[in-house]
Amino acid sequence: MKKLMTGNEAVARGAYEAGVRFASAYPGTPSTEILEEISTTYKEIKSEWATNEKVALEAAIGASISGVRSMASMKHVGLNVASDPLFTFAYTGVNAGMVLISADEPGQHSSQNEQDNRNYAKAAKIPMFEPSTSQESKDMIKAAFEISEDYDVPVLIRMTTRGCHSKGIVECEERSEVSFKEYQKNVNKYMTVPAFAREMRKNVEVRLKKLEQYSETSLFNRIEMNDKKIGVISSGVAYSYAKEVFGDNASYLKLGFTNPLPKGMLKDFCSSVEKIYVIEENDPYIEEMVKMLGFTCHGKDTFPAYGELTQDVLRKALYGQSLPVIEYDRSKVLPRPPLLCAGCPHRGFFYELGKRKNVVVAGDIGCYTLGFAEPYNAMDFNICMGASFSTGHGAQIGFDIQNSNKRVVSVLGDSTFFHTGINSLIEVLYNNSRTVNVILDNRITGMTGHQENPGSGRHADKSNAPVMDIEAIVRALGAKNIATVNPNDLEEVKSTLDWALSLDEPSVIITRWPCVLKRLTQQDKEEFRDVFKSKCVVVEDMCVGCKLCLKSGCSAVSFNKDTKKAVIDSVQCVGCGVCAQICPKSSISKENE
Amino acid sequence: MTKNIILVGVGGQGTILASKLLTLGLMEAGYDVKMSEIHGMSQRGGSVSSQVRYGSDVQSPVIEVGGADILVSFEKMEALRWLEYLKIDGKVIVNDYLINPIFVSMGKSDYPSGIIEEIKSKVPTLAINASDEAIKLGNPKVMNIIILGTIIGIMKLEDIDWTRIIKENVKPAFIDINIKALEVGIALVKDA
Repeated sequence: MKKLMTGNEAVARGAYEAGVRFASAYPGTPSTEILEEISTTYKEIKSEWATNEKVALEAAIGASISGVRSMASMKHVGLNVASDPLFTFAYTGVNAGMVLISADEPGQHSSQNEQDNRNYAKAAKIPMFEPSTSQESKDMIKAAFEISEDYDVPVLIRMTTRGCHSKGIVECEERSEVSFKEYQKNVNKYMTVPAFAREMRKNVEVRLKKLEQYSETSLFNRIEMNDKKIGVISSGVAYSYAKEVFGDNASYLKLGFTNPLPKGMLKDFCSSVEKIYVIEENDPYIEEMVKMLGFTCHGKDTFPAYGELTQDVLRKALYGQSLPVIEYDRSKVLPRPPLLCAGCPHRGFFYELGKRKNVVVAGDIGCYTLGFAEPYNAMDFNICMGASFSTGHGAQIGFDIQNSNKRVVSVLGDSTFFHTGINSLIEVLYNNSRTVNVILDNRITGMTGHQENPGSGRHADKSNAPVMDIEAIVRALGAKNIATVNPNDLEEVKSTLDWALSLDEPSVIITRWPCVLKRLTQQDKEEFRDVFKSKCVVVEDMCVGCKLCLKSGCSAVSFNKDTKKAVIDSVQCVGCGVCAQICPKSSISKENE
Repeated sequence: MTKNIILVGVGGQGTILASKLLTLGLMEAGYDVKMSEIHGMSQRGGSVSSQVRYGSDVQSPVIEVGGADILVSFEKMEALRWLEYLKIDGKVIVNDYLINPIFVSMGKSDYPSGIIEEIKSKVPTLAINASDEAIKLGNPKVMNIIILGTIIGIMKLEDIDWTRIIKENVKPAFIDINIKALEVGIALVKDA
């Protein structure tokens, strides 16, 4: 049966058809929908949101060792977190098949960097597939499980954003119920003490040699001979871009199995064409091999080493220009940056924090990263998941050494706290940092689209989950100065920041209010009564047009230049009341009050 | 020959549902289809696009600069932002509807005037007011399906069984109003 599927949906389907029993993931664009699709559509697979990518992979490794096929999926930077178990699992190998999906982000649509995770497959010495289409995404997952078991190795699937999020037609098949692999205790295989691990290390090289043979004959590596003047070597979605630009005027070596690369096939192809282009997104991964084999080729000397290599980018690189375009007055186009939603509980906190002078704000990864932007300007730097507390701690030490009177406030979200922020907080508390550490607890994983986490009250399959109490965790870690506040109460936020900044030891502030888009649990409904059910309105007679309410940065509030009054869009407003507290003339009130 | 439709707007306007229904219809009509969209941070009130390509054998999921047969904009300034994606002999469908970017709401700049006139001076343009039409139908949110109707009209795709596509992909309570919205959109092209 044919279905229209995104690459992510096709990966989930592939896992289903391959008889996978367990899947784990931490949400991250563009990989999130893989586990979402599994948890909603394929009940045969036990699926879980992990608290970070490392434990996701570790859970999948354990399942593989026990004897069931398992899978872990993550965004590119997530694999940095998960790389520790990966490199050693590559030594032990699998019992039942185990496949790891890395969703890379050429173009950085929703990411802080653009690393090429093909390098991980090479470094960990494990096989890798790169699908170009949704159909291939499904086919390669199934092949990956066969390879994993045949060669006793975890397999990496390198997806990219366009593959993950674009739809194509996929031929669906039945699920094959793969029998379990019997678990047998085998310390020589699974205990990585040095004496055994040294033997495993040798076997890794033997296995790579065997995989080189597979690569030469893999059906996912193929030559399409057309005109021999130009030969294009490509992998992933870049192959489809190249096909659009060159059509039948070039020959292609289409690589789908890319670690180890098929050296013989590369030599044959390179010898049979006149001019070689290597078209691959991000690093010159294939190009370096082509050059090592002694061929002259054009790769990163012609095409950008960063961003996506869409058709227009290829055309500009090759011919100096894209297709002809309509010229028009671009001055009529204003920037439209992403915004915190109307009613976002981060707004009140950042409004107050942004007013502080002499404060440096260490940020993190989530919707609240937008706190750096206008009108709050309330964030100075952010590095990676969970890094705010620890980078903030180091920054405070540095400022203190310099006798600067700057104070550091570090902020992260609830899901980020559970991810790796909890480690950073331990660092802060153990080393008695005098930073202010803020957990913006909006009761859900927001930016990736509302995935559950240990604080949200539900599992991936929406069943009820025990709710971890962040304040109790923080207290148990040894924090003495803890305050939980309502971020929509500006006076409370202000006085709590005053209190925390007056201390010469670590403090933790938890802002607790649900994301405006969260599907509330029963507990949420009891705790946050009538939340999001009211509207704010401007009493026109009282508005003096001072525009201070606009500093809330809420998309529901605007200024009418004709009437010189503020206006609140009743469709967007959920009555958080932040703008009403900012108004110096008390001209904003709750509807029907 | 591959046809290219780019749908643009502001996050939350329903471009994704419209392009999903469009793509499903095209697939059922026997075309090879690819569709691309970007999720994540850009969704939150930012500029968004969905790209639909169909033909006998579609390779890339992405429409290139200068490659779209029609540009369909759910918000008028967004039409101008993405105009470079249109073929020089392409067509524009623009919804005469504005959503203020943050700098306009804050009073720091004015929403530019004369956008639709600028587009009309460059390319064949169908300007519609899908928002008013949707309110007339009783639900402002069906604006996206009215716009889908205009795409169907312009690309001459009326022969596809859109009623069934809607029935299979829209919540039961909203099926009737969405079918009506689609008819309104198709009629807007005929009347133009």
